[in-house]
Amino acid sequence: MMTTKQPLSQRLSWLVPTIYIVFLLLPIYWLVNMSFKETSEILGAFTLWPENPTLRNYQVIFTDPSWYSGYINSIIYVVLNTVISVTVALPAAYAFSRYRFLGDKHLFFWLLTNRMAPPAVFALPFFQLYSAFGLIDTHIAVAIAHCLFNVPLAVWILEGFMSGVPKEIDETAYIDGYSFPRFFMKIFVPLIASGIGVAAFFCFMFSWVELLLARTLTTTDAKPIAATMTRTVSASGLDWGVLAAAGVLTIIPGALVIYFVRNYIAKGFALGRV
Amino acid sequence: MEKTWNNKAWFMVLPVLVLVAFSAVIPLMTVVNYSVQDTFGNNEFFWAGTDWFQDVLESDRFWDALTRNLIFSAIILAIEIPLGIVIALNMPKRGIGVPICLVLMALPLLIPWNVVGTIWQVFGRVDIGLLGRVVASMGINYNYVQNPIDAWVTLIIMDVWHWTSLVVLLCYAGLVSIPDAYYQAAKIDGASRWSVFRYIQLPKMKRVLLIAFLLRFMDSFMIYTEPFVVTGGGPGNSTTFLSIDLVKMAIGQFDLGPAAALSIIYFLIILLLSWIFYTVMTTSDAQG
Repeated sequence: MMTTKQPLSQRLSWLVPTIYIVFLLLPIYWLVNMSFKETSEILGAFTLWPENPTLRNYQVIFTDPSWYSGYINSIIYVVLNTVISVTVALPAAYAFSRYRFLGDKHLFFWLLTNRMAPPAVFALPFFQLYSAFGLIDTHIAVAIAHCLFNVPLAVWILEGFMSGVPKEIDETAYIDGYSFPRFFMKIFVPLIASGIGVAAFFCFMFSWVELLLARTLTTTDAKPIAATMTRTVSASGLDWGVLAAAGVLTIIPGALVIYFVRNYIAKGFALGRV
Repeated sequence: MEKTWNNKAWFMVLPVLVLVAFSAVIPLMTVVNYSVQDTFGNNEFFWAGTDWFQDVLESDRFWDALTRNLIFSAIILAIEIPLGIVIALNMPKRGIGVPICLVLMALPLLIPWNVVGTIWQVFGRVDIGLLGRVVASMGINYNYVQNPIDAWVTLIIMDVWHWTSLVVLLCYAGLVSIPDAYYQAAKIDGASRWSVFRYIQLPKMKRVLLIAFLLRFMDSFMIYTEPFVVTGGGPGNSTTFLSIDLVKMAIGQFDLGPAAALSIIYFLIILLLSWIFYTVMTTSDAQG
């Protein structure tokens, strides 16, 4: 019985991921569909395909500063955060992967608790802290706030990748007369380049998807696109088409970068431990 | 790996320490400060002891939100983990299908959380959404704005849509690390599909499954943005989770004392969970 059943179930196994992917794409398809429709068509008729495809919704976003500056703000603080997180995480991850030192395990654990900390707990104190420093509504404020969960994440991911590099490489380099900074930049960093890429990707991603802190710390000048969207939802004249177009545009950066790290995504989510 | 004892390594950790201290320790101390004081405004504070903690722990509001949070986490774990395993088992192992599946499946993970909320808010609406329309045309009275059950169903489907891929990706990473020889040996022994799963695939996936389980539990435990956008915590209070309640209290009503006490309690729960996570993970690291 087993021998006749198995080939059939294996031949049909592609159905499972296919159905799942269709389920994933349906809501996205609906959003894209809406973004090309006129408001009257969205509210009036129920159509699976835009009958009068229009680029008006996208045009609104690309010509109205209050919309497109949201994207620029988001990208500025996301990039700032990624650079800061990876830069400070590199030496720390090296220390954790190569040395034992006083309190190392406690420190590593403490870092993890920050990755797990609910942003809601930090929203109010962050607002007060950054107000005291006059940093409210600046890109750097959001970038530093997102370090709360991105630095620990970067340390954990990089530590995982670094532990995969044999220690003999370090020792050989020192014997060959390399100083530590030269060894680190010339030999070690190229060796874990993929790990740095993955860490950067995850910092980018978690900073890009976070809204609560970004919204709390900004008012106008550094307002992220995600917050601009929530404002539109609450406004009286609800423009569904523009909202959908803005949503579609926030999906694109993620879709682009995901292709480059497709083989490492799981390792990143497992905090470098697959 | 054998590690050498070197206290100078502290210097390498220092930048991280300073940065995370600035964005974690100082804010946390502010919260502790508020949680034991009361104010009548004008920046005049006086000692309130553990009053706020007692208030929070005795209030139905806290326990209701906590219960809702736990039920929500339990439901989404019960759906996402088995579903993720089944999908990962049926993923193509090689060929062009692999990158296509990986990229498409990872897509929801990279959508900003409030856009996820917006997508489902639109998708589920009876007047303009595909899902709402289809369900309504089947004669089911579905309205997530008014009916608590519908709101819950919408949030759960949304979370499954958003995060099942994480479980799939982790399980898949565990599965591809199994050498072909294992399967060949199982074939020679005439093992059934079930025993291949039970004795070869499941043990290999144990570690990643553990990570998936704990990450999903903790992230769903602090869920904020998606339900905030879709339901705003309603109808009534039926989808007000801990985070939503906390933000309402702290920024909406500016009840600093209770909000801070709730933050501390919330944080302690998370701390306990993180500790379990860390212990489990380091022991499984040690086992290899």
